[in-house]
Amino acid sequence: MSSTAAPGSVVGRPPGRRLPSLKGGWGAIPFVAPALAVLLFFLVVPVVWTIAMSFNTGAGLRFRRWVGFDNFERLLTRDGRFLDTDEWPWSGALINNIRWLVVYTLLCLILGLITAVLATRVRYEAVFKAIIFIPLAISGVAVALIWRFVYSPDPSLGVLNAAIDTLGGDPVSWLGQENTVNYAIILAYVWASTGFVMVVLSAALKGISQEVIEAARTDGASEWQIFRRIQFPLLSLPIAVITVWLIINVIKVFDIVYIMTNGGPGGASRVIAFSYYVETFQNGQGGYGAAVAVVMLLLIVPVMLLNIRRFRSEAIQA
Amino acid sequence: MAEVTFENVSKIYPDGTRAVSSIDLEIRDGEFMVLVGPSGCGKTTALRMVAGLEEISEGELKIGDRVVNNVAPRNRDIAMVFQSYALYPHLTVYDNIAFGLRLRKMAKDEIDKRVRDAARVLDLEPFLDRKPRALSGGQRQRVAMGRAIVRQPQAFLMDEPLSNLDAKLRVQMRAEISQLQDRLGTTTIYVTHDQVEAMTMGDRVAVMRKGEIQQVASPQELYDSPVNLFVGGFIGSPAMNLLEGKLERANGGMAVAIGSQKLELGEGALRSRPALKSFDGREVIVGIRPEHLEDAELATDVPAGRRLKGQVALTEALGAELIVYVNTDAKPAVTDEVRELARDAGAAQPAGAAMGDAEGAALIGRFGARSRVRTGHTAEVAVDVDGLHFFDPSSGMGIYDGTTEEGT
Ligand SMILES: Nc1ncnc2c1ncn2[C@@H]1O[C@H](COP(=O)(O)OP(=O)(O)OP(=O)(O)O)[C@@H](O)[C@H]1O
Ligand SMILES: [Mg+2]
Repeated sequence: MSSTAAPGSVVGRPPGRRLPSLKGGWGAIPFVAPALAVLLFFLVVPVVWTIAMSFNTGAGLRFRRWVGFDNFERLLTRDGRFLDTDEWPWSGALINNIRWLVVYTLLCLILGLITAVLATRVRYEAVFKAIIFIPLAISGVAVALIWRFVYSPDPSLGVLNAAIDTLGGDPVSWLGQENTVNYAIILAYVWASTGFVMVVLSAALKGISQEVIEAARTDGASEWQIFRRIQFPLLSLPIAVITVWLIINVIKVFDIVYIMTNGGPGGASRVIAFSYYVETFQNGQGGYGAAVAVVMLLLIVPVMLLNIRRFRSEAIQA
Repeated sequence: MAEVTFENVSKIYPDGTRAVSSIDLEIRDGEFMVLVGPSGCGKTTALRMVAGLEEISEGELKIGDRVVNNVAPRNRDIAMVFQSYALYPHLTVYDNIAFGLRLRKMAKDEIDKRVRDAARVLDLEPFLDRKPRALSGGQRQRVAMGRAIVRQPQAFLMDEPLSNLDAKLRVQMRAEISQLQDRLGTTTIYVTHDQVEAMTMGDRVAVMRKGEIQQVASPQELYDSPVNLFVGGFIGSPAMNLLEGKLERANGGMAVAIGSQKLELGEGALRSRPALKSFDGREVIVGIRPEHLEDAELATDVPAGRRLKGQVALTEALGAELIVYVNTDAKPAVTDEVRELARDAGAAQPAGAAMGDAEGAALIGRFGARSRVRTGHTAEVAVDVDGLHFFDPSSGMGIYDGTTEEGT
């Protein structure tokens, strides 16, 4: 009945000797070469090209004159539409995107979690899930158009203003004023993504053994305590995975903004990807646009690194 | 600690399945009660109703003096040990055991004391910081026990807690759980389909079949006086031989004809079963436990009228004893109960009938190790007629002092 394993020994890691190790073996090259070639062509080349372009003025998509860090300097200090730190609260595409990051990610997680837990407790689970899931099946363009109608300032078109009108209020131009426009778009996008979060989390919830829940119940846990102390901790892994997915989603968000407001009013709803699009394709400043893209890349890298680290630690634990 | 009382309790699932049917059962304070029966007889359902995990369709369930039909599981103050152990996978062994105590907002040092006490008793001290994933089956089982005992609940409920362990560990844990329960004196309901577990662990055993309780009695009483064919066939290993027989008068006493052979019943059999007289000339089902058969050469004092002849079909030497299958022309009793018992044992038909030829059944006997019987040869089998059991073929009830005895 005593432990034979040495204290602190890692369970589950196979003894290194048994499997032939590919580490450092050139014999592996033929096997990974095709994948490497694809990666090189479609990932490494464009990334390197973009980074190079960000140090150039660029004309359309061609290199012209090398300008060092000029693009970045202008982007981060002199471009009020990208980052305006002159007066509080700060504004600009970068700040908007951070707002997206916080509000969108949290709302999606909270709503996704709530609906996932509710789904396991309602009678018509399949119907309930389908309703939440449907928006995910609608293309981003259609989502944007639908919500443009919802937010329309004309009460005969906009559902929201129709409701306000019935209650006797004055119609609000949700997408036409700086202080509401970002949250209005974010909500539309949350509506479109919550279904996915719910489906993933409810699958994970289903994976928790019913007997474990019953054990907690007989151990004296209330339903809230079961959620708080059993289900939620056991969901931490899927929640982390989903969070990364949401964050990456949010950093590159573009289509919904483009269609709902085209960045307006007066650039108030621009996001990073939108700035990239405008600078590169509308203003023809390939170098300046590339600098925007590099900033976006720098934001994504830490998230990816965190993700990779976690996958590693899981591979060891599992 | 408290008694647990079933009063006419039934469980009807939404699809109409009557999993538990009007059971009456009183489990005394501190008693170790075993629910045993073949698969699907409603044991788990009965236990889950006590835990509050399954709604009670009819009747009343009491823990102590309190009717708990509508009390939530967490307010029933019972602890359950699941077959799968159901440990919390994200918590260490320590936290698993402490979980229920923390929910009760118990003081930290009291929790620590209880957890460490339990860990010591259960030999879990070296593993307190491990996650369940890194434990063996036996260790997990003990964590599940620990989680139950630290709570010091009114009652323990255990659903086949040993069925995932290998045979050796099972025997060891069987003894440990018995001792633990003895020391703690906590009322325990223990579900198993293993009659050996039931016999060795239970203060009393309730044998269930198709949602109904057949008999509640001490292990010895179940063995000695099974109330019906089902209990008789279920308790004991190898199972009782069940044969068609006919009672008749012989030499002033009674005898039972089994196939073409006759066994004379002594005074003892009649004295303990006066009702046998009324079956004179009628068919009965005769139950012979394998341990009441012996090689006649090793039991020379048994008179000729209490011997059966047959051909040895198979012998299994177990060292201390010899299991012998003897073919006779006796017909195996085949009733619903017998078929169900066979199904539960995993055979298409009763073991004896399977071994026997088209005409008759093979008797299974436990002979002394010194027996010289050999496969294919004729053997004479001495029968301890005082140990015979008799059942009414029409009702399946045991024949004792009344006409047929009613179930307890
Ligand atoms: N949720 C349910 N709905 C309908 N019938 C059910 C349900 N759960 C169990 N049953 C039925 O109730 C009967 C009793 O089931 P139960 O699980 O109590 O058996 P058991 O005695 O524990 O068997 P085992 O030894 O195989 O665990 C079975 O016939 C089973 O099919
Ligand atoms: Mg069961």
